[in-house]
Amino acid sequence: MAAKIVVKDLSFSYNHQRVLSAVNLMVEADSILGIMGPAKSGKTTLLRIFNRLCDLIPHVRIEGEVFLDGENILRPGLNVDRLRKRVGMVFDKPVPLPRSIFENLAYGPRLHGIKDKKRLEELVERSLRLAQLWDEVKDRLNESAMKLSGGQQQRLCIARTLAMEPEVILLDEPTYGLDPISTLKIEQTLQSLKESYTIVLVSNNTWQVARTTDNVAFLLMGELIEYGSTHEIFTVPKDKRTDDYISGRFG
Amino acid sequence: MAKRINPLMLQRIVKAQLWSLTGFTIGILFFIIFFISIKGLPQITLEFLTSNPVDMGRSGGIFSTIVCTLYLIFVSLMIAMPLGVGAAIYLTEYTRESRLTHIIRFGTECLAGIPSIIMGLFGFAFFVMALGLGWSILSGGMTMSIMLLPTIIRTTEESIKAVPYELREVSFSLGVTRWQTVTKVVLPSALPGIVTGIVLGIARCIEETAVIIFTVGSSLRLPESFFDSGRTMAVHFYILAREGISMPNAYGTAAILILSILFINLSAYYLARQFLKKIC
Amino acid sequence: MKEKLIEKTLMLLAFSAIGALLLMAVFIFKEGMPIIFKVGIKNFLFSTHWAPTKGHFGVSSMIVSSLFVTIGAMIIGVPLALACAITLAEFAPQRVTVILKPTIELLAGIPSVVYGFLGVVLLVPLIRDYLGGPGLSLLAASIILAIMILPTITSISIDAIKAVPYSYKEGSLALGATHWQTIRMVILKAARSGIITAIILGMARAIGETMAVIMVAGNALRLPQSPLSPVRTLTSNIALEMGYAAGDHRAALFATGIVLFVFIMVFNVSANIITKRWRRE
Ligand SMILES: Nc1ncnc2c1ncn2[C@@H]1O[C@H](COP(=O)(O)OP(=O)(O)O)[C@@H](O)[C@H]1O
Ligand SMILES: [Mg+2]
Repeated sequence: MAAKIVVKDLSFSYNHQRVLSAVNLMVEADSILGIMGPAKSGKTTLLRIFNRLCDLIPHVRIEGEVFLDGENILRPGLNVDRLRKRVGMVFDKPVPLPRSIFENLAYGPRLHGIKDKKRLEELVERSLRLAQLWDEVKDRLNESAMKLSGGQQQRLCIARTLAMEPEVILLDEPTYGLDPISTLKIEQTLQSLKESYTIVLVSNNTWQVARTTDNVAFLLMGELIEYGSTHEIFTVPKDKRTDDYISGRFG
Repeated sequence: MAKRINPLMLQRIVKAQLWSLTGFTIGILFFIIFFISIKGLPQITLEFLTSNPVDMGRSGGIFSTIVCTLYLIFVSLMIAMPLGVGAAIYLTEYTRESRLTHIIRFGTECLAGIPSIIMGLFGFAFFVMALGLGWSILSGGMTMSIMLLPTIIRTTEESIKAVPYELREVSFSLGVTRWQTVTKVVLPSALPGIVTGIVLGIARCIEETAVIIFTVGSSLRLPESFFDSGRTMAVHFYILAREGISMPNAYGTAAILILSILFINLSAYYLARQFLKKIC
Repeated sequence: MKEKLIEKTLMLLAFSAIGALLLMAVFIFKEGMPIIFKVGIKNFLFSTHWAPTKGHFGVSSMIVSSLFVTIGAMIIGVPLALACAITLAEFAPQRVTVILKPTIELLAGIPSVVYGFLGVVLLVPLIRDYLGGPGLSLLAASIILAIMILPTITSISIDAIKAVPYSYKEGSLALGATHWQTIRMVILKAARSGIITAIILGMARAIGETMAVIMVAGNALRLPQSPLSPVRTLTSNIALEMGYAAGDHRAALFATGIVLFVFIMVFNVSANIITKRWRRE
């Protein structure tokens, strides 16, 4: 399979505190990569490097290379806005913008130049359907997005990312704190999306990783301990630490 | 030595004293408002508001001074708003705390402390004389806008800082540029706070006198353009009262001044409350 | 590209306030310094003889008057303001404070000409009838200024008192101190820098106030003999004579402005330094 993202010797520190050390990794196109590991092992940080959201934090230091379709996205002078349009992100806490459901979805596309009302409406409907939210909100697109339940808000955030028509979707513990039904719907959504999108899913839930992903990377204290196909890692892990983590002997 | 007073007794006495001083202070406020209202409200008629002063203000109304005040507010805000809001956006969204921002903040604080008479001197020397704008609403508006800057910068900065950081992150993650994020997400959420600053600026334009006399002048004619001199309500009131021209008209003008300031402060307070409610 | 342009523009705007401040300083000094050098700094600051049309430019009586009026205002205003601040921050129920604090702040919004006017019609006759003298006096100016600076001092002091960590208060109350003892020994001490900042800002406001002072102070060109004598402050001198001054006379008024500017800067810088210390604590 083709590699969509290739990570080479990536190290990262905040304020001289090293958070990722020499990570090497590959994300295959049209598949789901799961990143798992205990809290504070650098998962969120890695994800935020993929769309350069890490730029917003002062005093950080990045070494190494990250290629998206062969282009180094860490190179200075790269147009980060264009990168972020190609690499969408869903955060662990759903953050609807304080406007209507429709406006939440139309926000990105509109600012990227899609002005045609018809086109926007199609885009909104398609994204909401993909995120399995359409049936629940189709009659109240003009209501405030803040009124939705937590699970609905998170699916709205996924739909909002989809409305940008990105190539890669990053999800940082997207089902953290959600009820089982919403969690299930999101997992189903991800399964249906991987046909045409490359997905990176950070999750603390080992079961979720086993259920939904194709490949898995296991991070521990900023080090990539193991990387391989989900099936292999969950049946015959090579590293003892991976085994410990999966079988729940770890924090 | 006298017997020590029981601490609880002492506390009761002190408390009573403090409460009466507080009551006294607040009493002064209500007294001022009631006194001016009782003396001034009977003077206020539709005619008083809509006719121009006659015979230096001895009779007639205050229409031209209302117009002049409104023009002045307009010019001051048209200049101070973009400058102040832009400065606040730069300080909050475009830089991190540094020596530079400290200097800018310190300068802004100093500017806030400059007394109006010095502003007036400067406005006169710079806008009226050096730039040759003469006594005009434009000179006054530019001087006032400098006076309003610190307030507008501070209130805008505070309300921008209150906008949750996550909203910006979401916007950036959608590939939206910083400026678009500022205009589409940050400023709309910060709007009530910004409006509070602007409303306070309006109040300042209404109450200011020293700066206006030096820069707008005190012509009683109805100003026709921003290059005309004019007389604001506060200046008119000052001249009526000081030269003893007409006490009833002075009280009437004072009542209008106080009522408008009261109204403006209450709306600023209301907006600020709305804002707090919204972000909590 | 467009983004860079926007950023540069905004940065320029951020400098507007400091630019205006510098421009102002430059202009006032440029207009006023030559005359100070012409008559001599010592003569300018220490002579009481002000007869600008005859070439005498001594501002010492105005400096003294300004200082006395300000000190008088502080003596009357600070205790009242602190009483309000302590009551509202410590004794009054929360419900009352949320209403009364903005109410007091509203006092700051009343135009200074209105304060001056009330001083003339209400206060000045009282002073004249009960204490003697012309009524228009240093005392009248101090009282009016005291009322005018009350809101500033009260409001900032309330914030300073409320910023004292609750644990300080708890610790003292737990040792059996009464509420008042706790306020006096612990809370006011901890809030000290904030309160001092408030007082300095109030002083700056008082020494810079013009219109209200012109109306009630009497404006006589003399060193004040008693609280009942009419006085002319630095600010009123500028406002009274600016209308007709020309040449050296006008320059001398700008020089008066320089003196005022220096006073204000000293107040502001000290308030700034103390506030910084307060934040650090
Ligand atoms: N903005 C930041 N500034 C400084 N340190 C940070 C920041 N964000 C995360 N860290 C540190 O980086 C380490 C990794 O954090 P993170 O990437 O969030 O891990 P995870 O998502 O696996 O929990 C932690 O030790 C955390 O304290
Ligand atoms: Mg995380």
